[in-house]
Amino acid sequence: MIEWFLWVQLAVAVAGGTLAIILGLVGWRPNDLTMGFAGVVELLLIVQLAVTISAPLTGNRPSGSLVEFYLYLVTALLIPLGAAFWAFADRTRWSTVVMGSAMLAIAVMLYRMSQIWFLQGSGS
Amino acid sequence: MKKGPWIILIIFYVILTVAALGRSGFQLATKFSDAPVAYLLSALSAVIYAVATVSLIRSGRAWDTVGWATLSIEFAGVIVIGSLSVLDPTLFPHDTVWSFFGRGYLFIPLVLPAVGMFYLYRRASKEKRS
Repeated sequence: MIEWFLWVQLAVAVAGGTLAIILGLVGWRPNDLTMGFAGVVELLLIVQLAVTISAPLTGNRPSGSLVEFYLYLVTALLIPLGAAFWAFADRTRWSTVVMGSAMLAIAVMLYRMSQIWFLQGSGS
Repeated sequence: MKKGPWIILIIFYVILTVAALGRSGFQLATKFSDAPVAYLLSALSAVIYAVATVSLIRSGRAWDTVGWATLSIEFAGVIVIGSLSVLDPTLFPHDTVWSFFGRGYLFIPLVLPAVGMFYLYRRASKEKRS
C-alpha cells in the first residue's frame, strides 16, 4: 500500500459519501455527479488492487494478514456496483443516500485496510 | 423492494451483517483457538444480524416476530456485553461486535436495534390499518 495514494482515496470516498448523503436528503435523485463520485471511488479501488498486488514484489509488504486485507478489498470493490445497480432500479433520492452510505462504508473499510497493512503486525 | 427512508436502515443492516459475517468467518478460520468463546460469540451475533436483516426486508406476522426476537437479542447483547467489557476489560480481550457498545463499528450496533424496533412498530401499525 502506498500511503499518499490511500489518503487520496480516503478523501475522495469521504467527500463523495458526505456529499451524496446531503444531496440525497435535500432531495436529489441519482445523477452524473453522485454516480461519478461512486465511479471514481470504484476506479481508485481497482488501482489500489493493482498497487497492492504489485507492491510486495518491490519490497512494500503488508505487516498484517494478507487474507484479511483482500477480504476487505474485494468486498469494497463490490459495494459501488451494488449501489449503482440500486440507483438504476430505484430512481429516488433515497438511492442517492444509499450511494453516500456505500462510499462512507468504503472509507471505513479503507481505513481498516490501512491498519492491517501498516500497523497490525508491527504492534502485537 | 422497500422504498423511502427506511431503506437506509436496511442498508445499514446489510453492511453490518456483511462486516460481522466476514470478520467472524475470518476469525473462526484463522485464529479460533486463540479465543473460542469470543469468536463463537462473534459468529452468533453475525448470524443474528443476518436473520434480523431478512426479517426487516420481508414482512408479515411471522417475520415481525422473528424481527422483534432478533432485535431484542441484539439490543440486550450490546448492552450486556458492552457493560461487561467496560467494567472488566479482561473478560473480552478479543474484540466482538458488541464490546465497548460496538466501538469497533462506530457504535452503529448500539443505535441500529433501537431504530429497527421503531421500524417494526411502525410497520405493524401500518399493517393493522390496511
